[in-house]
Amino acid sequence: MAGRTLYDKVWDLHVVKNYDDGTTLLYIDRHLVQEVSSPQSFAGLAGEGRTLRRPAAHIAVADHAVPTRFRDRALPDGLAARQLSRLEANCERFGIKYIPMNDDRHGIVHVIGPELGFTLPGATLVCGDSHTSTHGAFGALAFGIGSSECECVFATQTLRQRKQKRMRVMLEGALPAGVTVKDIILALIARIGTTGGAGYAIEYAGSTIAGLSMEARMTLCNMSIEAGSRVGMVAPDEATLAYLKGRPLAPTAGQWDAAARHWLSLASDPDAAFDLEVALDVSALSPQVSWGTNPGETAPITGTVPDPAAEADPARRSKMERSLAYMGLAPNTPLTSIAIDRVFIGSCTNGRIEDLRVAADIVRGRRVAPGVSGIVVPGSASVRLQAEAEGLDRVFTAAGFEWRESGCSMCVAMNDDRLQPGERCASTSNRNFEGRQGMGGRTHLMSPAMAAAAAVSGHLADVRTFGMA
Amino acid sequence: MQSFTTLESIAAPLPEADVDTDVIFPARFLLLLDKAGLGKHLFHERRYREGRLTDFVLNRPPYDRAQILVADANFGSGSSREHAVWALADFGIRCVIAPSFGEIFFANCFKNGVLPIVSRGDDHASVMSAAQAAKPLRVDLERQQIALPDGEAIGFDVEPFRRRALLSGLDEIGTILSEEAAAIAAFEREQRAQQPWLWLEDGRMERLVETEGRRK
Ligand code: SF4
Repeated sequence: MAGRTLYDKVWDLHVVKNYDDGTTLLYIDRHLVQEVSSPQSFAGLAGEGRTLRRPAAHIAVADHAVPTRFRDRALPDGLAARQLSRLEANCERFGIKYIPMNDDRHGIVHVIGPELGFTLPGATLVCGDSHTSTHGAFGALAFGIGSSECECVFATQTLRQRKQKRMRVMLEGALPAGVTVKDIILALIARIGTTGGAGYAIEYAGSTIAGLSMEARMTLCNMSIEAGSRVGMVAPDEATLAYLKGRPLAPTAGQWDAAARHWLSLASDPDAAFDLEVALDVSALSPQVSWGTNPGETAPITGTVPDPAAEADPARRSKMERSLAYMGLAPNTPLTSIAIDRVFIGSCTNGRIEDLRVAADIVRGRRVAPGVSGIVVPGSASVRLQAEAEGLDRVFTAAGFEWRESGCSMCVAMNDDRLQPGERCASTSNRNFEGRQGMGGRTHLMSPAMAAAAAVSGHLADVRTFGMA
Repeated sequence: MQSFTTLESIAAPLPEADVDTDVIFPARFLLLLDKAGLGKHLFHERRYREGRLTDFVLNRPPYDRAQILVADANFGSGSSREHAVWALADFGIRCVIAPSFGEIFFANCFKNGVLPIVSRGDDHASVMSAAQAAKPLRVDLERQQIALPDGEAIGFDVEPFRRRALLSGLDEIGTILSEEAAAIAAFEREQRAQQPWLWLEDGRMERLVETEGRRK
């Protein structure tokens, strides 16, 4: 028998039934619930008089709509307050564990799942959120779904799915100074395009991976969806085990050894075949920034805004023109000359402790440039507390940043953290879509180090010129 | 779910690639709690400027009554928000034709009586030009065909189980509950024996609930 990939193995372990048409009833072990995608799912259940098959398989938290300026009082009445109380009421009614916004375990679903040990290798995990691919960093088969599919998981713990094709991204070499995993994933998306991963489950492998922390692996897997792939995975290894051991919902002491043995057996077999292979030499990478309105419209910081006139394909040319018009950029402008108004450091892509450490290293002893305002929004309360214990909050505030409470914040602009029309932002989030950070706002995606460098420069800047270690 | 059998309508042309779900349904309206009534926010930033309707295609007669949308590659990419489909359906769009789709959006359509059709090459060009000429298309899911205004028929593929579900307006959850309950229960017994750590019913979840996580 031919070898199996990591994806094959986790898939095979969750087949409830294979149908004649090639689809599978797939068992779902874990479901993360948030306030935005769940009200209609719960309403659907209630309307049919259905209950949850396994309440313990779900954890809920409100992350998108919560304010980041305060935690000590309820939200003023309004749509966000109503969405939060609806989630709380639904959790009460259906018996789901709900983590309130003033709890020390609060945070973005994709940050707290791993922190709690809710995310486990070899598990299937879903959420009504496209960045669920994040959890693949642990060797979980994790993917985003819509509200109707969430409803199906609530009621049945299953989803009818067709298996994806397999794609392997081989990352080789060591990251140069000033270049991070965010630059890897942005460069990859620029190369294969926003649909390059469509129809595939991606596995990230190669010599670079072993040296990446779990936080970095999460950043990598998180943005798989921006390449069109719902699934991005990394095989569990010793770093995975070390991260999970002792987490509140990780296997108990008596179960740990068997679980760990099982997880390490999930790695792709040496003779496993992939439908598509892509290789990237990360040692040759420069820091990346996006210039357009999708994450594939990205270039090295040393470059210029591309010129649509040089694009032969008419459809691509018109998309490019549209992007530049929205972004208010002229062709051939050097990227480092683009002035910014705002900086956002946070999100499920780059709101973890390592991200804040890297950004703080750049900011330390410097000031946010005049006319620029920046916010740092930890991905979770636990990240926030850790950062405060390390004094990072004071580094940021001394430089002129605002230090906030955990949540999605200006990644999605559903609370009051948002760009004004025409404002330009250096952002560590994952989407530079039109209006994503506020109506008419202009987003440049980049790493935390690059966002910090932009903040103190007042324009997009190459962090490698900042004399880092 | 509303069933889908045949549909005859003019189609609104949107010849633009990478139209993501943030454009289809901007995030600030995600605070709304119901599926119904979302159509007024469909393509909000494109359809309204300073409180007035723009000349965006869905604002212009006869396209303001189109039940079909002909889009370009990678339509519905990005966020998983099913609101994008609810808004389309609420506006009256029952079928979207494009060369490719965001995967989660594509799956969401089928759950809401909306048929997404992948059209390629020349076929896509024919459908787009019929849309631009405001000529009606006839979509027949049973026969998996789109009839062009000149009578020519274009075939399309659709997953058999999704096609059946749409044709009959199937309650998918109800079907799984009634037909697969025994298989699911058997799977769970086996998994709990083999990988007990996946089962949070062993007291770990209760301990998490009891733990003092709150700030003072
Ligand atoms: S941080 Fe942004 S991408 Fe991540 S879950 Fe929140 S809104 Fe979605």
